[in-house]
Amino acid sequence: MAFRVFTVIGRDLLRDTAAYSVGIAVAGAAFAALATAQGLPWWITWAMSIFVYAGTAQFAALGVAAAGGGGLAIVATGLVLNLRHIPYGLAVGHLYWDRWWTRILGTQNLLDTTTAFALAEGDDRRRAEIAYWTTGAGNAVAWVIGNLAGMFIGGWIAEPETLGLDAALPAIILALVLPSLKDRGTLLAAVTGAAIALATSPFLPAGIPVLLALLGLVFVWPRKGREREEAPR
Amino acid sequence: MTMLAAIIALAAGTFLIRLAGPVLRNRFTMSERTETILKAGATVVLLALTVTSTLIVEGEFAGWALPAGVLVGGVLAWKRLPLAVVVVAAAATTALLRLAGIA
Repeated sequence: MAFRVFTVIGRDLLRDTAAYSVGIAVAGAAFAALATAQGLPWWITWAMSIFVYAGTAQFAALGVAAAGGGGLAIVATGLVLNLRHIPYGLAVGHLYWDRWWTRILGTQNLLDTTTAFALAEGDDRRRAEIAYWTTGAGNAVAWVIGNLAGMFIGGWIAEPETLGLDAALPAIILALVLPSLKDRGTLLAAVTGAAIALATSPFLPAGIPVLLALLGLVFVWPRKGREREEAPR
Repeated sequence: MTMLAAIIALAAGTFLIRLAGPVLRNRFTMSERTETILKAGATVVLLALTVTSTLIVEGEFAGWALPAGVLVGGVLAWKRLPLAVVVVAAAATTALLRLAGIA
């Protein structure tokens, strides 16, 4: 049985999931350590990690609280940051839209990385589903274990920055989107979008610039239209 | 107590946001072209997220060590090296640059 599962998932994906999970565990430990240091009770830290389940928003919530922001500021900051999950759900939402429980689990597992892993499988829907669930499971387990470790050995963990671990997750996402950028329209759209996001970041709340990046999609529209016109009738 | 209420609201709101994508999807029949655009959209957001979070940390330029590490990871990924190698190389580059005093 276990062997069969391994065969279906495949060695490469398992290896990639393992590498990714280590990064997530460290991030989870860093989060729990920071939350504990800020005096957040353990059960609230856990509840946040399980029910909010979005690292960037969780770190932002701690940041806002540390800066003296109230509950409303915490919710607003976090929700704006999380708006980027709408385009993610639009792109990969069909992969888990099956039974009621896969819908709930799949929805909660919609993350930057699970989306990126699924997209990296290209047009193969079955592989994309397997990638989504495998990396999602890896993420969930690693996040919870990392949280637990962070609570107990929080003071002991070196600053993750010293080990360069803040470079790990961006590098993973970059690695996963690279194959999609082979398509010239997507490349043009993504590069333009990234430039828009960078240029607007100093003026807008975090979370909005990456959505403005979607304006770059104008480069995908006309190209596809032309392709269709050129196609023989 | 405020924190607990905030977390419940944040969790509920985040779930609804995550739900929005697939629910919207199912209201329309997807042509292949729409599918391509939606996938490109997620790719655009992911790259923008990577670029901004690599270059800007807490509203300021992140320094050279972080983007250099991510770039090294990107090049190795482009050369089709496994993700584990990409991650270790990216983190090691950033860590070594910081060790050398380059922020």
